[in-house]
Amino acid sequence: MNQELVIVSRNKNHKSNKLSLNLYRTVCYIVLIIMAFLCLFPFYIMLVNCTRANSDIQKSFSLVFGTNLATNLRNLFNNKNYPIAQATLNSSWVALCVALLTVYFSALTAYATHIYNFKGKKVISTFIIAIMMIPTQVATLGLLLMLYDIQAKTGVKLMDTFIPIVIPSICAPVTYFYLKQYMDSVLPTEVIEAARVDGSSEIGIFHKMVLPMIKPALAVQFIFAFVNSWNNYFLPSMILSSKNNYTLPILIASLKASDPSTFDYGQIYCLMTIAVLPLILVYFIFSKSIIKGLTSGAVKG
Amino acid sequence: MKKNKHQVEEVILPDGTIRKVKKNISYDKWGYFFLIPFFVIFIIFQFIPLGQTIYYSFFEYYFKLGLTQVGPNFVGFGNFVKLLSGEVFWKYLGNTIILWIIGAIPQFVFALLFAVWFTDGRLKLKFQGFFKAVVYMPNLIMAAAFGYLFFMLLGMTGPISVLLRNLGIIGENFSFRESASWVRIIIAFINVLMWTGNTCILLMSGIMGIDESIFESARLDGSSSFRTFRSVTMPLLMPIFVYVFITSMIGGIQLFDAAQIYTQGTGGPDATSYTIMMYLSNLISGSRNYGISGALSVILFIITGILSIFVYKTLIPSKDAQKQEKRVRNVRNLWLRINNKEYAEGALYESRISNSK
Repeated sequence: MNQELVIVSRNKNHKSNKLSLNLYRTVCYIVLIIMAFLCLFPFYIMLVNCTRANSDIQKSFSLVFGTNLATNLRNLFNNKNYPIAQATLNSSWVALCVALLTVYFSALTAYATHIYNFKGKKVISTFIIAIMMIPTQVATLGLLLMLYDIQAKTGVKLMDTFIPIVIPSICAPVTYFYLKQYMDSVLPTEVIEAARVDGSSEIGIFHKMVLPMIKPALAVQFIFAFVNSWNNYFLPSMILSSKNNYTLPILIASLKASDPSTFDYGQIYCLMTIAVLPLILVYFIFSKSIIKGLTSGAVKG
Repeated sequence: MKKNKHQVEEVILPDGTIRKVKKNISYDKWGYFFLIPFFVIFIIFQFIPLGQTIYYSFFEYYFKLGLTQVGPNFVGFGNFVKLLSGEVFWKYLGNTIILWIIGAIPQFVFALLFAVWFTDGRLKLKFQGFFKAVVYMPNLIMAAAFGYLFFMLLGMTGPISVLLRNLGIIGENFSFRESASWVRIIIAFINVLMWTGNTCILLMSGIMGIDESIFESARLDGSSSFRTFRSVTMPLLMPIFVYVFITSMIGGIQLFDAAQIYTQGTGGPDATSYTIMMYLSNLISGSRNYGISGALSVILFIITGILSIFVYKTLIPSKDAQKQEKRVRNVRNLWLRINNKEYAEGALYESRISNSK
C-alpha cells in the first residue's frame, strides 16, 4: 500500500509526469513505425521487383525501382501458362456477384427481423447468430457430394461453374449481424409506419426507403464481401478445375517454382501485384470510412 | 385483432388530403416472406451438405488409388475411431494449435497496446489515421498472395534471403523453407500481420464503449497508464476481449491458405506446419477419402460449435448488463482501496457514474 502511495505522489509531480509522458509517447511512435514498416515493406519489395528483369531479381536485392515493368507485364499477358486476364475477369465477376447478393439479401433478412413481429422471430434471429461462427468448410464435403449427385441424376453440371460459389452468399450471417445492428441504431419503426400511411408496398418501402437509409453500412459491407470473395481460396479451389475458370488465388496457388529456367520472377511479382494492388488502392481511398464503419459497427459489450 | 383486419380509417396527411387506409392490417407475415431467400439457400447449401457430411462420416467410402470406389459401407463410429486413434490427426491438430499460439500472442499484445494508445486521451498520438489504415491493410490482402509473396521473398534466391545473406545474418546454405521452426514462424508472422489491425480495431471500439468518466477519475486520482490499463480498462474490456479471443481461435482452426501456399502443400519439413484444414482439403480432393474426411468435418464442427457457444454468450448482452454493472462497481471499489480514499469521494464517484448513464 505504501509503495503505491509513493507511486501516486510521484506521478503527481508535474514535471516528471510530463517527461515520462513524452518518453511513453516516443516508445509508442517507435513501435507503431516498426509495425507499419513490417506491414508495408513486403509489398514495397513486391512492387520494386515488378519493375525489374528476371536476372536482376535473382542476382540482387534492390530498393530502387527498375525499368522493366512494361516488358514484364507484356510477357505476363502473353504467357499462356498463366491465364491472368481471364483469372482477373473471373475474380472480378464472382466477387461482384457475391458482394451484391450478400449485401442485398442480408439487408432483406435483417429488415425482416428488425421491423416485423412474427411468431418465432426471436428463435430465428438467435439461430442466425448461433450459426454465424461455424465455418462453412465443415460442410464442404457434403456440398461437393451433393453437386456430384445432382450431376449424376439430372445431368446439370454445377462442378467447375461459379454457381456453387456465388449463390450461397445469399446466406451471410455475419453481414446480417452487422446490418441488423446498424438498423437497430438508425431505423425507427415510426418511419416505416409513416411510409405505409403513404400507401407504399412493403417491398417498395424496403427498396425506396430502407436501402438508402442504411447506405453507409451497405457500402462498408459491400467492400468486405467483395474482398472476402476476391481472396477466397478454399472452396473455389475444390470446385473450379479448368484453367479457364481459375480465380486469382487458384492461379497463384498453381504457380510452381520447380523450374527456374522457365520461371520468370518479374512476371510472378507482376501477377501477385495484380492480385493485391487493386484492393489496396480502393482500401486507401475509403480507409477512413471503412475504419470508422468497423469501429462503430463492432460488437457491443 | 382479426376482427379489425379490414377496418378502414381515414387519415389526414400533412398536405391536407384525406386518404382511406386499412387499419391494423397485420404486416407481420411479410417478415416470413423476406426470410425465405436466406433460409432456402441456407438449407440447400449449408444444412443439407452438413447433414450429408455427418451421414457419410459413418460410412467407409473412399477411392482406392483415386479410382476404384470402395463403399459406402456402414461402419458406425469406425471412421472416428480410426481418425482419433491414428497419429496424423493429433499431429496436424497440434501443428494448427502451435501455429495459432505463436501467432496469437504477438497479435494480441500489439493489438491491445495499439488499441490503448489510440484511445488514450493523454497521449494524443498524431498520424493515428495513417497508422490505423496501414496496420489494418494486410487484413484485406489475399492470404494466398501473402503466402506466395513470402515464399518468393524467402526462397534461396529471394530478395530477403539475399539481403540477409549479404549482411552476414544468415549462413550461406540457410534456407527459410527448410527449417521447421522458421516455416512455423513465417506462417505465424503472416497471421500476425493480417490480424493485428483487425483485432486492434475491435478492441478499440470496446475501449471507446467504456464510460469516459471512469478514465477521467482514474486520471484525477493520479493513476499511471499501466495501472489504469490493469485495473480499469482490462476488466471492463473483458467481454469484448473474450469475444475477439475466441473468434481468433475459430479462425486459427481454419488456417489454410497461407500455410498451404507458403509450404506449397507439403506442410514444411516433416509436415510440421501441416494444418488440420490442409488435411481436410487433401482428404476431400486429394486422396478422396470421403468417410474419414466426413468424420474429420464432424469433429471440426463440434470443436467450432463449442467455441461458438462462448462467442454467442458474449454477443447476447441481456444478462451481462447486470454483470457489467457489477464489474464497474468492483472496479470502483478496487480503486478506492488502492488509493485509500475517503468514502465521501467514493460517493461522489458513484454519482458521477450514475449521472453519465
